[in-house]
Amino acid sequence: MSEAKEKEVLVEVINLKQHFEIPVGFLKSKKLKAVDGISFKINKGETLGLVGESGCGKTTAGRTLLHLYEPTDGQIFFNGKEVVTKEELEEFRQNASMVFQDPYSSLNPRMTVGDIIGEPLDVHNLYTTRQQREARIHELMELVGLSSEHATRYAHEFSGGQRQRVGIARALAVSPQLIVCDEPVSALDVSIQAQIINMFEDLQEKLGLTYLFIAHDLLVVRHISDKIAVMYLGKIVEMADSEEIFKKPLHPYTESLMSAVPSPDPETARNSKRIVLTGDVPSPLDIPSGCPFRTRCPKAFDRCSIDVPYLREVEPNHFASCHLLDK
Amino acid sequence: MSLLEVKDLRTSFFTDSGEVKAVDGISFSLEKGKVLGIVGESGSGKSVTAYSIMQILSYPGRIVSGSIKLDGEELVGADKKTLRSMRGSKISIIFQDPMTSLNPVFTIGNQLIEAIMLHTPRNRKEATERAIEMITLVGINDPAKRLKQYPHELSGGMRQRIMIAMALACEPDILIADEPTTALDVTIQAQILELMKKLQEEMGMAIIMVTHDLGVIVSMCDEVVVMYAGKACEKGSVDEIFYDPKHEYTKGLLRSIPYGSKALGRLIPISGSPVDMLNMPQGCAFSPRCDKAMKICLKEKCEIVQLTPTHSAACWVNVKEAVDRKEILPDREISEEEYASLKNGGEHIERS
Ligand SMILES: Nc1ncnc2c1ncn2[C@@H]1O[C@H](COP(=O)(O)OP(=O)(O)OP(=O)(O)O)[C@@H](O)[C@H]1O
Ligand SMILES: Nc1ncnc2c1ncn2[C@@H]1O[C@H](COP(=O)(O)OP(=O)(O)OP(=O)(O)O)[C@@H](O)[C@H]1O
Ligand SMILES: [Mg+2]
Ligand SMILES: [Mg+2]
Repeated sequence: MSEAKEKEVLVEVINLKQHFEIPVGFLKSKKLKAVDGISFKINKGETLGLVGESGCGKTTAGRTLLHLYEPTDGQIFFNGKEVVTKEELEEFRQNASMVFQDPYSSLNPRMTVGDIIGEPLDVHNLYTTRQQREARIHELMELVGLSSEHATRYAHEFSGGQRQRVGIARALAVSPQLIVCDEPVSALDVSIQAQIINMFEDLQEKLGLTYLFIAHDLLVVRHISDKIAVMYLGKIVEMADSEEIFKKPLHPYTESLMSAVPSPDPETARNSKRIVLTGDVPSPLDIPSGCPFRTRCPKAFDRCSIDVPYLREVEPNHFASCHLLDK
Repeated sequence: MSLLEVKDLRTSFFTDSGEVKAVDGISFSLEKGKVLGIVGESGSGKSVTAYSIMQILSYPGRIVSGSIKLDGEELVGADKKTLRSMRGSKISIIFQDPMTSLNPVFTIGNQLIEAIMLHTPRNRKEATERAIEMITLVGINDPAKRLKQYPHELSGGMRQRIMIAMALACEPDILIADEPTTALDVTIQAQILELMKKLQEEMGMAIIMVTHDLGVIVSMCDEVVVMYAGKACEKGSVDEIFYDPKHEYTKGLLRSIPYGSKALGRLIPISGSPVDMLNMPQGCAFSPRCDKAMKICLKEKCEIVQLTPTHSAACWVNVKEAVDRKEILPDREISEEEYASLKNGGEHIERS
């Protein structure tokens, strides 16, 4: 890679927030800060992996980015232009789509696979004749390795891996530049998972796609991502190049997360030491003062319960938010 | 004599569309204090194997034949009384989803104490003490308060630990854990695996660990059974399975896990889709997806071949005569090199 040429940024998010109002008792409500001020950039044709524990806000971040949820706050820049007006939003939506986690429940059982894939074409008026629509559906099916003869079948007639291919074909229908992939392989068998991951990589190469790839399987994320962002309770606590973050995690949470992944190689497993955290993830309705991770952090000290640490560039292109890194 | 001895176990579901041979002739044994892993494709019969041992199969499933011996005592066809005294006190099971096995209308304490009183000779006071001890042991604080709480008041990770506490409180000889950590985050998973390992070592308990996570297998198990389409396609020690796999499915499975970065190149998936259990191939169930399939693989199922005292596999690639007969499929051309390597005991070489 030549460093001389600045990479082109496709999407930039600044201080994105999603706060849900949760009713507690009569006429009272509490703020659930599902996503609380995250910022990141993704270069054209690259993949940003988003990892973190269940409930930390990954899905909400992805949905808010695509405006499937109205952001509480924050700015989104697409191709260098801020997305503000209705027209800009519509244009952004045609250029960005989503692949969902569960290939079993995310597809409408009463629709044929062809109609599922064709729905975004209908929504965005992307054809003039029926033949055009059909041709595009067939093209999309071939693109994801499905036989176009199966367009008239229903989703339940397909295996998990095939259903995920349908979901991907549907996401590709609008010819997007950006795809948010929300745990797209988590429900699949290891042997099938590899087929789908390869397909994501092939499509990226062929179509120049940019991915925000959400997953909790760190081995998968490491394989597919150029950069990785680690979330904890609605905030990004660390972000760096994929290999850098695995080799040199700076935040104690990232460190424990990486060490907790059981290695599928006996020799590596025998030689590695797990950092086992104690306690549970705090409720997002009741985020601890100071650093949100301090209640489980093996390295926490006085300051952690008082000051909120901010994400900063600790080393070139390596961001982390931890008081221990302030020298 | 082994603690648990399963021989040629066959369990089927008799559905309207036909017989599903969910477990089709599985044999293994488990020694005291050891951890046996069962790994395999979704639908390969891992859970059904576990349920068969516990004899908690749901309709229309039943054990068709085979033998399950616990401490030498036959469990297949045993009377209700024998089975009741076995469940919970000799063998306990942890299910994948803790919500389905904890009753939402009773408190944690109620369920835990009842289970202890049922399976061990303790009165209520002693059982309560034991419950508190176990909740502390699984790393949950404030045990006395937890006893008064309902399942929905606890987080997923806590509920799973309560399930483990319940399974362990009765001091079973064997713990069957069916995907005990699949629904949990890796940091919580690490806590629970650590705990199970510690208890297993301290209490001398044997564990059957059902999972599709190869990392969990490596970190927990002594021996591994690899299942495909209702059969144990390979069996061996962790090192034998991971460093010297002898069944093409196992090899494919190991090749398909991502180990490192993008820079290490593309993943090598297993092609095709999982088998249709109602429409099983005539020969080896894996043959339609297998790169190395020979004619014989499509025609005939391979018997289990014992390769070392601890390692066995049911794959024609290990049968010298089959390889010698040039049973190579005409439509799956392989190179001379590859053929030669097949003859040398089926050493694997990468296809480009
Ligand atoms: N529509 C909603 N209304 C209210 N709260 C929500 C909503 N969606 C998500 N939340 C809450 O926001 C938090 C973040 O949820 P989110 O689904 O984004 O997490 P996640 O990181 O995707 O988790 P998982 O790994 O389990 O999918 C959770 O506490 C969740 O309960
Ligand atoms: N109640 C049932 N009726 C009919 N078939 C069943 C029933 N329960 C299980 N089966 C079949 O038995 C086979 C084995 O199922 P089992 O649940 O043991 O798979 P598994 O290996 O545990 O898979 P997973 O990894 O998805 O949990 C499957 O093909 C399944 O369809
Ligand atoms: Mg999610
Ligand atoms: Mg199962």
